[in-house]
Amino acid sequence: IVGVFFFHLSTHETPPVNQNISTILAAPSSDLSSILSDRVTSRWFLLRWISRRTNSNHISTATISAMPPPAASSRYPSPSQPSGKSEVTDLKSQLRQLAGSRAPGVDDSKRDLFKKVISYMTIGIDVSSVFGEMVMCSATSDIVLKKMCYLYVGNYAKGNPDLSLLTINFLQRDCKDEDPMIRGLALRSLCSLRVPNLVEYLLGPLGSGLKDNNSYVRTIAVTGVLKLYHISASTCIDAEFPATLKSLMLHDSDAQVVANCLAALQEIWSLEASHSEEACREKESLLSKPLIYYFLNRIKEFNEWAQCLILELAVKYVPSDSNDIFDIMNLLEDRLQHANGAVVLATVKVFLQLTLSMTDVHQQVYERIKSPLLTLVSSGSPEQSYAILSHLHLLVVRAPFIFASDYKHFYCQYNEPSYVKKLKLEMLTAIANESNTYEIVTELCEYAANVDIEIARESIRAVGKIALQQYDVNAIVDRLLQFLEMEKDYVTAETLVLVKDLLRKHPQWSHDCISVVGGISSKNIQEPKAKAALIWMLGEYAQDMSDAPYILENLIENWEEEHSAEVRLHLLTAAMKCFFKRAPETQKALGIALAAGIADFHQDVHDRALFYYRVLQYDVHVAERVVSPPQQAVSAFADTQSSEIKDRIFDEFNSLSVIYQKPSYIFTDKEHRGPFEFSDELGSTSITPEVSSDIVPAQQFEANDKDLLLSTDEKDDNKGLSSNNGSAYTAPYESSNISSQMQELAISGPAASATTTQSSFDFDDLLGLGLSTAPAPTPSPPLLKLNARAALDPRAFQQKWRQLPISLSQEYSVNPQGIAALTVPQSLIKHMQSHSIHCIASGGQSPNFKFFFFAQKEAEPLDYLTECIINSSSAKAQIKVKADEQSTSQAFATVFETALSKFGMP
Amino acid sequence: MMISQFFVLSQRGDNIVFRDYRAEVPKGSTETFFRKVKFWKEDANAEAPPIFNVDGVNYFHVKVVGLYFVATTRVNVSPSLVLELLQRIARVIKDYLGVLNEDSFRKNFVLVYELLDEVIDFGYVQTTSTEVLKSYVFNEPIVIAPARLQPIDPAAIFTQGAKRMPGTAVTKSVVANDPSGRRREEIFVDIIEKISVTFSSSGYILTSEIDGTIQMKSYLSGNPEIRIALNEDLNIGRGGRSVYDYRSSSGSGVILDDCNFHESVRLDSFDSDRTLSLVPPDGEFPVMNYRMTQEFKPPFHVNTLIEEAGRLKAEVIIKIRAEFPSDIIANTITVQMPLPNFTSRASFELEPGAAGQKSDFKETNKMLEWSLKKIVGGAEHTLRAKLTFSQEFHGNITKEAGPVSMTFTIPMYNVSKLQVKYLQIAKKSSSYNPYRWVRYVTQANSYVARI
Repeated sequence: IVGVFFFHLSTHETPPVNQNISTILAAPSSDLSSILSDRVTSRWFLLRWISRRTNSNHISTATISAMPPPAASSRYPSPSQPSGKSEVTDLKSQLRQLAGSRAPGVDDSKRDLFKKVISYMTIGIDVSSVFGEMVMCSATSDIVLKKMCYLYVGNYAKGNPDLSLLTINFLQRDCKDEDPMIRGLALRSLCSLRVPNLVEYLLGPLGSGLKDNNSYVRTIAVTGVLKLYHISASTCIDAEFPATLKSLMLHDSDAQVVANCLAALQEIWSLEASHSEEACREKESLLSKPLIYYFLNRIKEFNEWAQCLILELAVKYVPSDSNDIFDIMNLLEDRLQHANGAVVLATVKVFLQLTLSMTDVHQQVYERIKSPLLTLVSSGSPEQSYAILSHLHLLVVRAPFIFASDYKHFYCQYNEPSYVKKLKLEMLTAIANESNTYEIVTELCEYAANVDIEIARESIRAVGKIALQQYDVNAIVDRLLQFLEMEKDYVTAETLVLVKDLLRKHPQWSHDCISVVGGISSKNIQEPKAKAALIWMLGEYAQDMSDAPYILENLIENWEEEHSAEVRLHLLTAAMKCFFKRAPETQKALGIALAAGIADFHQDVHDRALFYYRVLQYDVHVAERVVSPPQQAVSAFADTQSSEIKDRIFDEFNSLSVIYQKPSYIFTDKEHRGPFEFSDELGSTSITPEVSSDIVPAQQFEANDKDLLLSTDEKDDNKGLSSNNGSAYTAPYESSNISSQMQELAISGPAASATTTQSSFDFDDLLGLGLSTAPAPTPSPPLLKLNARAALDPRAFQQKWRQLPISLSQEYSVNPQGIAALTVPQSLIKHMQSHSIHCIASGGQSPNFKFFFFAQKEAEPLDYLTECIINSSSAKAQIKVKADEQSTSQAFATVFETALSKFGMP
Repeated sequence: MMISQFFVLSQRGDNIVFRDYRAEVPKGSTETFFRKVKFWKEDANAEAPPIFNVDGVNYFHVKVVGLYFVATTRVNVSPSLVLELLQRIARVIKDYLGVLNEDSFRKNFVLVYELLDEVIDFGYVQTTSTEVLKSYVFNEPIVIAPARLQPIDPAAIFTQGAKRMPGTAVTKSVVANDPSGRRREEIFVDIIEKISVTFSSSGYILTSEIDGTIQMKSYLSGNPEIRIALNEDLNIGRGGRSVYDYRSSSGSGVILDDCNFHESVRLDSFDSDRTLSLVPPDGEFPVMNYRMTQEFKPPFHVNTLIEEAGRLKAEVIIKIRAEFPSDIIANTITVQMPLPNFTSRASFELEPGAAGQKSDFKETNKMLEWSLKKIVGGAEHTLRAKLTFSQEFHGNITKEAGPVSMTFTIPMYNVSKLQVKYLQIAKKSSSYNPYRWVRYVTQANSYVARI
């Protein structure tokens, strides 16, 4: 490409620019994403590119000297650098000529020049050097010219504070113009200068702008106050602008003025709240019932964007009783039929949050919102569909049973972008149940032959996941095995991994699977994951696969060529397992493997080989018990995302958290988490709504399902190993690997006989989960003394709860007496208080109660915050502890548990 | 909300417009964005999702007529709000420029800046109503010749088929004056239906759905109120029945699963007589979106056969039959079918006397392509292809090829039978009789036949 281009350059005075742009862009090494199409500037760009290449190599000096020397070698030319210099200088002199002219038609010439300036600005050429001339030319009554000038000034003022002073004069004058259009525009530009030492000039125009009789000017003035706040918060507060905005918000007749006031006040007060008690109060006053109703009652007067703003506010509102809830829902019901997806999602969020404590209604909300959301998915552009679908995905994963009969809506269409298909595959996996699995798996099998290989892989994985979550896997196993017959490399690879997982959960299928897997030639499998899976099966089922030792031997002989450490680790283990079952055939291969392993440069491979070697040396029978114990079926694979995280994302419905499937603290810095973030956890429970079931006639669901709705499935939480790190494997694989290693350790310990049956608890404990059932005596933590008279105001609690990470998450059993006493939730609060653990908020109704407690270490200002969810039907309490001092949170949990265990006892 | 920047990039990545509202995002965001979108993954097939995060900056984009409309923010905003907004900005700009493409954009970028200044202030959306914006925008659009219009937007489909329609009408700017100096009083109502059908290998319908829009574009002066009457037997919601219960469609009524409406639409008498009343704002907007899974007769029947013919050969026969009345003509039909990976050559045999048909084998992605200019209702067309393989194959050949997918446009035809019975314009004068265009069109969204 370079060569071709030089040819042009050396044979033509002006290279045929446009043809070359695309070729240059096609060169992956260049990062010239902002190639310009304007002829002049393109040349500038191309030359720049060349001059950069010259630094690296092989251009004759003659070629270089043929170019204009400076040719902008920097990416962002500063005024001192002459990028496009001649053009800018030209402009400058032309502008100067026009500045004083009053000739007829001068405005038209000015317009042309201004356009040129702005087009340079757009494509990134620095035209700040004509600042003075632009300001001089702005003495005109032509509004189009004025607007261009404002745009220019707004762009360069910040970098040129001295020059900005030049503009103040004419902007201030324009702020008093008789045309409201000009007043507004001038005021907007004035506030957009972003120059701190000019703020004093803003106060007057802003003050009169807020009182202007034209609503256009007022809307701009309100946003101007917010801009001022960001330039100089103290100036804004001292001028008491927030108070003025508040009164405008309550009394102005123009809806957009009101909406801007709301937006500005939310931003200002949220930022102020961290250091001002008053701002805190003001911020909360936005959530008072009269104000919320004031907004909601006139919501239709606002445009759709302002409606979103109001709905976001309403989400934070804590209703006083169930009538309140139903009033709001009835009022907003028709918003669900809005064509704007943002309005619908904001409304859905209000509905979901309001009904969190009313299980039946919450369920009805799911039923109600299903159809509007599906319509939005199919009516918008692919991008809009994706945003809506991501939210549906969240709801589907939370309450799959509600969507079980709608599975056909989540079938992939052949022309959808892959990001949409991936979401749909996950949704299909989530909603598969007894009644629809057959159809879903049939559909997924069609995708496995898809031309899009990535989607084909995902589809196979989806089939595997469905197989793992079903009890009746009969038909699915057949399908999986059929994949192997397709003889496509990637299909085979994915399928092998799945068959391995399936066997770990359902060993009873080994016979069918192994006979098919045995027929696969290991030569055709290149992907490490698939190879590892095959090797695992060879080791595990060596007695059923007649040539297992020979296949392994073959693989071991090619040890040097095996690049993946994961595969080599598996080879070692498989060789061991095979050896115990068919020693004579394997002995030689095992020897080679151990020797190669001990000499391996990879630390883990080396260590494992050495370990096997020593255990074998010590006692072969012990080695067998360690490496190849009787098979144990895995009951459930660990979920990749904890329920805490899932709940957090649900609380952040209608935000990016749903798209990224991560809570916001992971991807945003604190100041940007949201303009108006309250602790949702507290918001929804700090009241105890007296909801009796006769208010709402609703379908009854099993208690199980209710749990699912209120918080994501937490049942698996303590079965799996919720977190482990430092291993290079992926999640489902990881847990098993660690547990099998743990098992090895546990058995070799003194308590060998006892642990074989209870081993799963042992593993948990070794991983530091501290389950009370663990037989190993944990060293009792030092006794923690708590301050009986500790005090913490709710706001500070909210803030802390938001900031601190969870240091401990546990589940305790509550004794029957305690459950009985819980019919009066207040009794638990009193009880805990007698143990110096104070309640700050509580809520919920049978069977789910939620409490927030805090306690303080005696003599030290260190707080412990606890969320405690008690399910009275399962008699379990789940607690999450956040502490200032992480190291003593276990000690605190012990105190908490002791206190809880005494609840209800005489 | 709070958007930090808005910009439009061309396909090659040059800035066409760039506006920074809050100065929170570091310089170079356009380049960061473009690089990320271009090289999303090693695998060139994977498209970048519309929303992603690089170094704490969230990038949103929608693609309109080959241009990237991008917004950035650091705040955890509502994703659909931003995407909806980007889409809306594109529509507003189109309303003003008449035609939306890179050329018209470049010629009018100052006007676009004017619009952007009023649409967003300090990151907060102010208004996206073409109507409201009219009073703030002073640049006259430089309208580019409609002849250069590429058939990208739904409106363009009308320029090909229905002769009754003046093709340029929908590319008029809402503000530009006619060369004749006189504005023509007219209003366009388009019923656009996109249909998705999946046929099983044995030819029965696995899934089917109609996604419809009633789109309106009004050039009426004085914004008179309008009433639109739909079918009287229109039903919305399928009650407690399962959505895919095909037996329920015995009655002749049109049953929509669900629908939503533009905010200007009033539904006061919708329940009683199925009329919508509204004062149409300027510019183009969807009056109503609807979704229907009620059984309908698919416009095309597709029959595909693939058979081995010797060790390194196979034959493909594709037959399509138009199942609509003979006074209706479908146009721009394409049929695609992925062939087995080891196909090295394909030779085609079109039916005798075939006019306006083309067939092709795309070597790079092993795709069979067959295009037809038009198909008259009731007609049947066949394509035969002889394939040559580069290697011997054992196994099931049907698993290596397909599915067959189709795209088409059928003007003046809609499968749902939803109709605009009348369009009433409330204006006092009896001599006032503006042009009313009511048009129907059916398009394939995903039309797939498995083999």
